[in-house]
Amino acid sequence: MTATADIDALPPRAAFERDFAAQRRRARLGWAIGSILFFAAFLATSYIGDFFKVTQVTLPDGSRAERWIVPAGIPRLGEYISQTIPVLRWDSLGADLAEWFWRWKVWAKLLLETILIAFMATTMGVVGGFLLSFPAARNLAPNRWVLWITRRFLEIVRTVPDLVWALIFVFCFSVGPLAGVLAIATHATGALGKLYSEVNENIDMKPLEGVKAAGGSWFDQIRYGAVPQVLPNIISYTLLRFEINVRSSSIIGYVGAGGLGQEFRVAMSFQEYTDLSALFLIILATVIVIDYGSERLRHRVIGMEKDG
Amino acid sequence: MVRAMSHQDLTLTGLSKAFSETRAVDRVSLTVKSGQFVGVIGRSGAGKSTLLRLVNRLIDPTEGSVSFGTQEITALRGRPLRRWRAECAMIFQQFNLVERLDVLTNVLIGRLAHHGFVSSMAMRFTDAERAMALEALDRLSLVPQALQRAGTLSGGQQQRVAIAKALVQQPKIMLADEPIASLDPANATLVMEALKTINSEDGLTVLVNLHTLDTARAYCDRIVAMRDGRVMFDGTARQLTDDVVRDIYGIEGLQEFNEAVTSTAARVKVPA
Repeated sequence: MTATADIDALPPRAAFERDFAAQRRRARLGWAIGSILFFAAFLATSYIGDFFKVTQVTLPDGSRAERWIVPAGIPRLGEYISQTIPVLRWDSLGADLAEWFWRWKVWAKLLLETILIAFMATTMGVVGGFLLSFPAARNLAPNRWVLWITRRFLEIVRTVPDLVWALIFVFCFSVGPLAGVLAIATHATGALGKLYSEVNENIDMKPLEGVKAAGGSWFDQIRYGAVPQVLPNIISYTLLRFEINVRSSSIIGYVGAGGLGQEFRVAMSFQEYTDLSALFLIILATVIVIDYGSERLRHRVIGMEKDG
Repeated sequence: MVRAMSHQDLTLTGLSKAFSETRAVDRVSLTVKSGQFVGVIGRSGAGKSTLLRLVNRLIDPTEGSVSFGTQEITALRGRPLRRWRAECAMIFQQFNLVERLDVLTNVLIGRLAHHGFVSSMAMRFTDAERAMALEALDRLSLVPQALQRAGTLSGGQQQRVAIAKALVQQPKIMLADEPIASLDPANATLVMEALKTINSEDGLTVLVNLHTLDTARAYCDRIVAMRDGRVMFDGTARQLTDDVVRDIYGIEGLQEFNEAVTSTAARVKVPA
């Protein structure tokens, strides 16, 4: 910049004004190109996503007409939701509630099953993810091959959604909670292994060197140098994963892998729409309770960390 | 002092370590007699730290060899290598303790070379080992802190925990990589005194990297000076004249090298 300024022999202020204008021009051009690209990509995805589709609707007078799909579809959402709302009258509230939650005995059992699936799957996922997170961490892997293999393995098992794992395991182990446990555990292993390994990559390596210098093996370095450092984060991520797994296990029954999910399918196929709202409420309440509990627990772990 | 001397000598022969471009340690040959207190000095980047790591086999040499008595160290693999690291205890500038574990467990890490997989993973140590750890802590007056987390201790205390850990390794050599560089003068003295006591009472060979000349002069029987990976000087403190010092630190233009600049008391690092 100084070289060109010298050649032009402009006073510094004028040179600044020229450079500033050039900088502004470049910035505006960058913004314009970026915005056009983004808008084009958005339009393309909306088109592929059927956002501009025109559909046929039946008008109140019985005639057919062409309408844009979005305004044509929105009223149907209200229609669907209104079908799921039960009739509740104040003077017969007890009976109406009993009518709404008429399958509560089955649901209570399935809710318990849902939570147990999530619990067992989380436990298995934590063990798998924890053990694999050390060879999958760049700074801890004993060699490049072990790092590569564990990383690819974790990628594969977490790329496949748990619902797809559930389909596979239902085929292997038949309908029931075992398939659900294995499906969620497999996916959780991949997801947790990745998260844990990132925690591992951020640790202080000096304690590990201290263990190594004292004659500790690779396992000793991990056990004494790494594990105490990552434990609070591991607990935190584990509780977070338990919350996610409860949500997963409440839907996974849809493909026959145990838990409340199968009731959604039953309710839909028998057109028992009020059951859907009841199930939704049950799952919402469960998730809220578990989220709240695990958040409290996580904050206690973090709090312990600060005091220590 | 009762050990047979010749079987406990540390011998480095043509030891080199190259990191891509630079040779951090360049054909160093040294013999350290058993029971000696040797200080290694030199400006930062001179290869002092690399030299110690080569002796402990935290890193492998590019060429040359390390032997202890008749044992060839450079060839060790697996468990014998881990045993050697235990026998050749090392303490660090940043202490390298596990801050979230208690002091006692940190000291017991010094016993890991003698443990199998299961007892080590379960953090299960014998009563004898615990007694040994407490004895070491007692020597360094740290028994009251035994159950505290290492991270809650002061720097000087942490370095003494590291020394206690080194002691339970029942080492034959003690390596110290800038052990007092991050300590205040009072704690630095305490740590150096502890090393001196171990050297004189247990007859342990001590090899310590120092960046302060006055500390080296005060504690070391023998001073080895390094520059650009090579040994520039090897002799007693008395033989370390101002001319030699200027040569080691290579400070051109500075007419009179002022030792106080590098002194622990002043807490100023050698300009590199």
